[in-house]
Amino acid sequence: MQHLWLIPTLPLAGFLVNGLAGRRASKTFVNAVAIGSVFLAFLWTVKTLFALAPLETPHIERYFTWIASGDLRIGFDFAVDRLSAVMLMVVTGVGLLIHIYAAGYMAHEGGYYRFFAFLNLFMFFMLVLVLAANYLLLFVGWEGVGLCSYLLIGFYFLRKSAADAGKKAFIVNRIGDFGFSLAVFLIFVAFGTLDFGQVFAKAASLPVEHTAGLLTAVCLLLMLGAAGKSAQVPLYVWLPDAMEGPTPVSALIHAATMVTAGVYMVARSATLFTRAPLALDVVALIGLFTAVLAASIGLVQNDIKKVFAYSTVSQLGYMFLGLGAGAFSAGIFHLVTHAFFKALLFLGAGSVIHALSGEQDLRQMGGLRSKIPVTFWTMLCAAVAIAGVPPFSGFYSKDEILLAAHHHAPWMYWVGVITAGMTAFYVFRAMFMAFFGSYRGRAHAHESPLVMTAPLMALAALSLAGGKIDVPRILEPVFPRGEAHHSPALVAISVGAGFAGIALAWLLYVVRPALAGALAERTGFLYRLLYGKYFLDEIYDALVVRPIERVSRVLLWRGMDVGLIDGAVNGAGNRAQGIGGVLRKLQSGYIRSYAVWVLAGAVLMLVTVALAGGGR
Amino acid sequence: MNLLTLVLFLPLAGFLAALLVPRDRPGLVRGFVLVVSLAVFVLSIGLALPQAPAAQGYWFETNAPWIQSPAIRFHTGLDGLSLWLVLLSTLLTPIGILISWNHIDRRVKEFYAFLLLLEFGLVGVFVALDLFLFYVFWEVSLVPMYFLIGIWGHQRRIYAAVKFFLFTMTGSVLMLAAMLYIYGVTGTFDYPTLLTMLASGRWHVESGEQMLLFLAFFVAFAIKVPLFPLHTWLPDAHVEAPTAGSVMLASVMLKMGTYGLVRFCLPLFPNSARHAAGWIVTLAIIGIIYGALVAMVQPNMKKLVAYSSVSHLGFVVLGVFSFTQAGLDGAVYQMLNHGISTGALFMLVGYLYERRHSLEIADYGGVATPAPWLSTVFLITTLASIGLPTLNNFVGEFLVLQGSAQVNFRWTVFAAIGVILSAVYMLWLYQRVFFGEAGEPVRHHVYDLSRREWAAILPLLVLMVWMGTLTQTFLPAISASNARTLERSNVNVEFQVKARTPLVAGQAGQAEARPAKEPPDAR
Repeated sequence: MQHLWLIPTLPLAGFLVNGLAGRRASKTFVNAVAIGSVFLAFLWTVKTLFALAPLETPHIERYFTWIASGDLRIGFDFAVDRLSAVMLMVVTGVGLLIHIYAAGYMAHEGGYYRFFAFLNLFMFFMLVLVLAANYLLLFVGWEGVGLCSYLLIGFYFLRKSAADAGKKAFIVNRIGDFGFSLAVFLIFVAFGTLDFGQVFAKAASLPVEHTAGLLTAVCLLLMLGAAGKSAQVPLYVWLPDAMEGPTPVSALIHAATMVTAGVYMVARSATLFTRAPLALDVVALIGLFTAVLAASIGLVQNDIKKVFAYSTVSQLGYMFLGLGAGAFSAGIFHLVTHAFFKALLFLGAGSVIHALSGEQDLRQMGGLRSKIPVTFWTMLCAAVAIAGVPPFSGFYSKDEILLAAHHHAPWMYWVGVITAGMTAFYVFRAMFMAFFGSYRGRAHAHESPLVMTAPLMALAALSLAGGKIDVPRILEPVFPRGEAHHSPALVAISVGAGFAGIALAWLLYVVRPALAGALAERTGFLYRLLYGKYFLDEIYDALVVRPIERVSRVLLWRGMDVGLIDGAVNGAGNRAQGIGGVLRKLQSGYIRSYAVWVLAGAVLMLVTVALAGGGR
Repeated sequence: MNLLTLVLFLPLAGFLAALLVPRDRPGLVRGFVLVVSLAVFVLSIGLALPQAPAAQGYWFETNAPWIQSPAIRFHTGLDGLSLWLVLLSTLLTPIGILISWNHIDRRVKEFYAFLLLLEFGLVGVFVALDLFLFYVFWEVSLVPMYFLIGIWGHQRRIYAAVKFFLFTMTGSVLMLAAMLYIYGVTGTFDYPTLLTMLASGRWHVESGEQMLLFLAFFVAFAIKVPLFPLHTWLPDAHVEAPTAGSVMLASVMLKMGTYGLVRFCLPLFPNSARHAAGWIVTLAIIGIIYGALVAMVQPNMKKLVAYSSVSHLGFVVLGVFSFTQAGLDGAVYQMLNHGISTGALFMLVGYLYERRHSLEIADYGGVATPAPWLSTVFLITTLASIGLPTLNNFVGEFLVLQGSAQVNFRWTVFAAIGVILSAVYMLWLYQRVFFGEAGEPVRHHVYDLSRREWAAILPLLVLMVWMGTLTQTFLPAISASNARTLERSNVNVEFQVKARTPLVAGQAGQAEARPAKEPPDAR
């Protein structure tokens, strides 16, 4: 027993303390509880992992039976293997840094205790998700993080857009969860268990041709779930709106951890996916398509958080491309490095926004390089990492994915390279618009306090050097490494694409700033299409949301319920009006007379019974 | 007199005693019925303690002759099916009294007395083991609810009360006729005796005859559930009823229907029940989706919750007629869950009504600002209602959907759409009532929870978490008694619910391990 349960329970305790007592407590107290609990969870994770090393087989702890019925038994069981170990480190480590940062960022906001309580609750569910030893418990974490996402997106609930965004996130995720839950039911029907170890063992023991159909269905349903949680086509639309939440939330939940849960879940189910090649192809295609689509939207957005939001969608697409190409460890590798540089980009954006007293529009920034230098230099570290500049972290993980994609299908590599170019372009476009040129805004810019810049620096170090953490090697016991695909030429091409993107951004936003506007004019339709995000929200609204609402209101409620069914009933009722009239007269309001009637009724019934009984 | 009969008759005694209290002492009658109902609840906890499996029999059985001819016995007892429903009734009665504390100002004495009479009827329904006795309690429970709606309801209370009464009576007349027919054939109303006769073949029922009997019982119960399309009495009854009436109606009374399905329809008419299962499940699934869609567009909070009940209870019916252990366990669990979370929702809507005097969603907005705790409690209840894991409803829905997946995966696919929709209508409701800027009337009238209101809602919140995590407190007793029901419903089986999709390998309707024996098709 390593007491794995302590890892999620610590933040849960933090949530309870702050949730119940935080309103009256001081900010210092709230900070101590919230950050302290995550810090302890981090320490306990490190301690446990050292104790369990080398952890080549999963370590399982069973606590109690959660649900049992017939031959169905679902335990509240935790398991940790190297995959969960990597996730645990990312979640607690990055989570801790973001908690610290948030203490500075949120210092002047109302609802301080509420924010940290929700953040702790999120950590609890995310850690349950990662530690779960069966699909249903994973689903607990899965739904739980979705709830926290809902609560934190809608943190500024006085604003309608924030409340709307929270609701949208929850509902779109529910559509994904529909797929996930159906997959769970199907897995149980097929294998009689939901326990990871047993499901994978049974799936692996059966001949592939017997299980391919079933597993394809299961995996496609799982992928639907992953598309919801990890914002992939066609369910990605909630994530950009989720930027209504406070920026630390965007960093923690909507960049580094929660949105990667779908990637984790698919990787966790690798045994099933590898036996369903069709599903794996679908994963790769969805990933690739999402990567291009989101990157193209990101090219023209002017809200700094929106740029990074579409970037997140796009990078998650990369991870799925890796998974779909069969390179599960590459997908997880990118998940890890992305957690570093994307959390940093968001926190940096938060620092910029903080410095400018709430300004998020890139067009109102400029020249901030000298005003907030720490923010600039740390964000630059993240930017070179995401752009795939060697030897920084993003370069390694992106390359693993692109090489695997090339091995899987060469055209996917080339689309991936184009995406890499776009990625470099939009990130550096944002950097140049914010930090170069001359300042276009009005607010007085000031550098953030140390409590915010220290996490930035830590993440900057990780973004630069994180590529040296050889995640694929760590994951070897879980995902055995196939033959390595080394190809210096392919690597050079993708790196070149990144540099080309940076150069183009430099040209358009630093050297010849007038060019960008002219280009937007020249490509009017395309520009509007991208700027309007392909109008997908509007299309969904017109094709799905409104018809359902209208049908429900007009056809089902007014037509069917009130018109048809109740009409028929009332028709019958009118005929029975006589009875109704009598009944009304009987309602004299005195208990005695009612009692008489009840008694009379009872006597009548008994007489009937007596007659029927006598009839035998 | 054993503990069960004490729990059963104490409310009746309390009802009679309350009637003797002078009319000008409303405070006294309130206090008195609260003490009685709390005493009943505390006693009823004792019912849950001895859970030694009563293999064939019942716990706390009383079996005494009541009327010689016709032979009606006072036969009562508990099993895993009825145990928690009895506790649900005894828990919600004091809660119903607490939430009515300040806002019932007319005929105070009768109101509270009726709540005790209602408790008597409800507990009686769940513990009666004699068909006729069951019928008597069924009708007894109807009377106080009729008056609760008709006397203390809102504007259209008479319409709603009469509608409620007529719907239920229509069903119960059919059920009574069927009971009398059974008595005519077998000479007994005694439920365990009937089961023995059925098992031994002494009572043989032709299939056509069985189908008619089944339908007579089924319609009575389906109206009560209510199953689509027999549900239209429910929204009216709920909207017009006083809060306590809505709570008791949703939490406990609707369960009389689903309880009846499990207690009587399955074991007494197994062939017909299985034969009709496909049709009934279809109605249940229509109800799940239909109820949710109609709930979504309601402008009135109580109507919204009422239609959501139609949706939720569809899951219960689906589970029952899946004839699987998981489905049946989930169905019974879901009865309790719905009682707790929907009861809580009606209470909270009642709290809002007491403040703002409106049930229209449009009259609210921004309640979170003046009443943060009320908002928190409402949120937790909402989350329970939409099936968030670690809260109660999830467990029931999961078991029901798992059970139905074992029989027909398509059922599960359609029913699971209801899970998506529940999030849509509940979160939309929550947003419109609690988020946004508070308008003047809301800021002026809405205040946070009082101690009395906390006391009433807290037990339900605790149960939501308890039943969502530590399910082993409740499920084993339910499972054991459902296993017996399933065994009985296998007597004389000629028809089985057939697995319709090739995805499901193994035997339909059986809760056995199902290894994937043949290659299932991808859909």
